[in-house]
Amino acid sequence: MNYRNYRFSFIIIVVTAIAAIFVSPQLFDAHYTFRPWRLGLDLVGGSHLVYEIDMTNIPAADRDSVSAGLRDVIEKRVNLFGVSEPQVYATKSGESSRLVVELAGIKDVKKAIEQIGATPSLYFAKKVEFETDNGTKIPAHQQTILTGRYIKGAQLSFDPTTNAPQISLTFNDEGAKIFGDLTGELVGKPLAIFLDDKLISEPVVQEKITGGQAQITGRFTIKEAKEMVSRFNAGALPASIKLINQQTIGASLGTDSLHKTALAGIIGMALVVIFMALYYRGIGLIAAAALLIYAVLTLAVFKLFGVTMTLAGITGFILSVGMAVDANILIFERSKEERRKGVAHETALEEGFRRAWPSVRDSNITTMMTALVLYYATTGFVKGFALTLFLGVIMSMFSAITVSRALLRTISK
Amino acid sequence: MYDIIGKKYIFIGISALLLIGSIVSIGMYGFKEGIDFAGGTSWQVRFTKKPTSEAVADMLMKKFDLQEVIAIPEPTTDSIILRLGELTEENHGVYKAALEKEFGAVEELSYETIGPAIGNELRSKAAWAFFAVLLTISLYVAFAFRHVSRPVSSWKYALVTLGTLFHDAMIPLGVMAYLGHTQGVEINTNIVVAVLVIIGFSVHDTIVVFDRIRENLRNEKSSTINFDSLVNRSMNETMIRSLNTSLTLILTLTALLLFGSANLFYFVLVILIGVTVGTYSSIFVASPLLTLLKR
Repeated sequence: MNYRNYRFSFIIIVVTAIAAIFVSPQLFDAHYTFRPWRLGLDLVGGSHLVYEIDMTNIPAADRDSVSAGLRDVIEKRVNLFGVSEPQVYATKSGESSRLVVELAGIKDVKKAIEQIGATPSLYFAKKVEFETDNGTKIPAHQQTILTGRYIKGAQLSFDPTTNAPQISLTFNDEGAKIFGDLTGELVGKPLAIFLDDKLISEPVVQEKITGGQAQITGRFTIKEAKEMVSRFNAGALPASIKLINQQTIGASLGTDSLHKTALAGIIGMALVVIFMALYYRGIGLIAAAALLIYAVLTLAVFKLFGVTMTLAGITGFILSVGMAVDANILIFERSKEERRKGVAHETALEEGFRRAWPSVRDSNITTMMTALVLYYATTGFVKGFALTLFLGVIMSMFSAITVSRALLRTISK
Repeated sequence: MYDIIGKKYIFIGISALLLIGSIVSIGMYGFKEGIDFAGGTSWQVRFTKKPTSEAVADMLMKKFDLQEVIAIPEPTTDSIILRLGELTEENHGVYKAALEKEFGAVEELSYETIGPAIGNELRSKAAWAFFAVLLTISLYVAFAFRHVSRPVSSWKYALVTLGTLFHDAMIPLGVMAYLGHTQGVEINTNIVVAVLVIIGFSVHDTIVVFDRIRENLRNEKSSTINFDSLVNRSMNETMIRSLNTSLTLILTLTALLLFGSANLFYFVLVILIGVTVGTYSSIFVASPLLTLLKR
């Protein structure tokens, strides 16, 4: 029995030591950077951009593939910025589809936004006539399903007769078929080409074009044509996007926040340790040791699961430190009571653990439920907070029940 | 042993006064919504030449013919926080250029702009989260105390819990409404989360007291039970624990408030008020209310 407690305490201490090295290898060797922390934008600085995807002209069945395609194209562009681990992901919110771009440590946000949005959003349109109430007919353009998303590549070429620069587009198989059908339908009629919602040219279709090749001749300079070609080759955006939310945090503010929060965490923890030691004396010190073990193990869990540490996340963790002591206080107060009833020292402690359990369990379960609701019902800032709080509470239950008990049993024989 | 139940009307009265005061404060002042709910731009800038915040706001308003620009100095980072309507990226660039022309080099510490659509969405998400948390906690309390039926049935434990949670959430919100009116402090997503955290903590304390009542009820012979004195005893038995736990929390929160990042000041402040009020309500309000609800 006693031997088992010694062994368990020993294992805990060894595991904690390994976890401590894992959490902060720099403490042992300044040059050692094993698995660096994933820090949120609010701590390292950077930009969080939310784009609304315009899906009005895209059939419902294709929307998922469009947002996936959009994500890929933007990811390619973002990768050119040289930011470490840029994040690009699609989200849905009710009816609207969104794209989130996170650029940690980006220097020139303005330029990045320009390049993400620099979009030849291309589409082909038919000429139709609307009849108004009084019978007059108004010519208008009607967008077809043929858009930039069906383009495989582009090339700069020159018109053989006028020598004007033109852009040769190559459609993918699907696009070639649509283009073939469209030109077949419109023989003798105009087919308008819109770039960035501007009418570029409106040639009359001479015959059905089946090869999947099209030329855009407009009034561009060679430079403009070249730029457009390179954009098409990087991938045109399959749908147009609009920036609806931007959050940018300068690197200096981020570092400042990180240092302040870390300092506050250390001071807060020190205060708790001092309080426990003063109020509960010997066993308080054990609880303080358990708290330190708790902090190290929890941080190791965060790092292991790759939890992105944000300002809110660290705050959630510091709060969970304050709460982690709760279980120990409950247990100690309970053992004190038992001892006042005349129960022997060790039995009193065991009773304390046994009797305090329902309270510890019930109160922690409600916190976990709160954290879960927060995690699923919200976004961004709140998610990080909810996640660290949830993991923190689980770890605190483990440390209060298992770690402190093992340490106490080992010491009080 | 302190006789708390005997003086229950005083304790409940204090809480009732605070609660009414908060509701009046919210009713009179309303909440000042942050940009994440109302939409708009929050722009934190630092100038090398240190113009006053009024000068910066005036310049922007005059030059771009804006209705309202609020500029608040932020001393801990020696910067100015500007509040404007929603901005496009082009205008952001134009405004920055104008600031640089007028006041010299500008460092952008943070910049955030939010459209009204996202604001509405966040607002409804926050409301949803709020009710979901209250509901799950109440259901769990009713479930955890399902075997306790005499002399107070288990749903009443849940009801009292819900009541004290409401109390604990409203008082910090009342303070925020007052601060919004006097200092322009805003309610944003952070504050909503802070309130939810308070609810999570406050329920801890309440559950511990109720759990002790449950245990003492189990040990007593049902014929001899004097519920009031049993509740009073349970409260006294758990009081030290409630105070000590809150004290450790208050210690960590105070450290965060004094030394932590200024961005989260009001987030921490709301939790600190809530935890303090929550400790009071779980000791002096929850259990006395329970005795009032006995059959």
